[in-house]
Amino acid sequence: MSTHSLHAAPGPQGSARGHGSRRGYRIGAVLSIILTVVPFWLVMSGALPDPAVTAAIIFALALVQIVVHVVSFLHLDTQSEGGWTLLAFLFTAVIVVLTIGGSVWVMYHLNANMMPMPDSATSTMR
Amino acid sequence: MTDHVTDAPGAAITWHHLDPDDHDHGGGATVLGFWIYLMSDALIFASLFAMFGVVSTSYAGGPVPRQIFDLPLVALNTALLLASSITFGQAMPHMEAGRIGPTRLWLAVTGLLGAAFVGIELYEFSHLIAEGAGPQRSAFLSAFFTLVGTHGAHVTVGLIWIATMLIQIGQHGLTGEMRRRVMCLSMFWHFLDIIWIGVFNFVYLYGVIR
Repeated sequence: MSTHSLHAAPGPQGSARGHGSRRGYRIGAVLSIILTVVPFWLVMSGALPDPAVTAAIIFALALVQIVVHVVSFLHLDTQSEGGWTLLAFLFTAVIVVLTIGGSVWVMYHLNANMMPMPDSATSTMR
Repeated sequence: MTDHVTDAPGAAITWHHLDPDDHDHGGGATVLGFWIYLMSDALIFASLFAMFGVVSTSYAGGPVPRQIFDLPLVALNTALLLASSITFGQAMPHMEAGRIGPTRLWLAVTGLLGAAFVGIELYEFSHLIAEGAGPQRSAFLSAFFTLVGTHGAHVTVGLIWIATMLIQIGQHGLTGEMRRRVMCLSMFWHFLDIIWIGVFNFVYLYGVIR
């Protein structure tokens, strides 16, 4: 919903000077402050008993905050530069997800499938 | 480039070959080119994040994140960088309206916040190294210093860029070229704030709770 209103904001001013939609920018600033404070509060207060749930929430909030920053601060939309910035961004996002997700996934399973070693050997290797 | 074109006789027509909407950005192809650069920089950070993700629990019997990360300090640093992103956004409408004084003022505020960020990060690094948690201690710490250090180096370059813009705006005023440069700097600065979102969530906060 918030993303929708941010998208709508550049519209009226798009014909004036491209990169100055004040309303979208203010909404983005407020959202980014909230999306920064909440994960810090969750972790520092230990509000949720299960760390896995906390981790899932802060990862989800991080993704939302990245989208908010890209839309409201970097002014990514479907129109600018004939859509080429959006295309380049989506391509990059795919590569980033593949690089990070793929590396962590592959190496996690590699570690999980290694033969167990005595503690001393493990600690020197790791 | 356009100077060469206008030197040639009867070549004034070539002034009109740009699309009209390209003028909105004061830079035309420069903005798209700089965007492509930012995307390639994002790939560098992606590989560093991937490396950190892979070795983030390889402590080699050394300190773990919970022992060495000072979350209030990280929160302060995050607030400084986020505030600097917002203050840079304050400078942009002044620049578009051609107001030199407020543009330089907000750029200077952004630079001070960024300098405070780098200062605190250097303090954190020196503190860690003094504790024996330097980059050579474990794979986790090597990856941590590489990732966070690369981000800090980018912010430092951004600070040099801000200082350069402050001087050049004083010399040239807000010409088309200066607007284009500040526009690119703005994208660079916001981009670094986006990378920091990944750092404080995945490195610091997740490191402390895992």
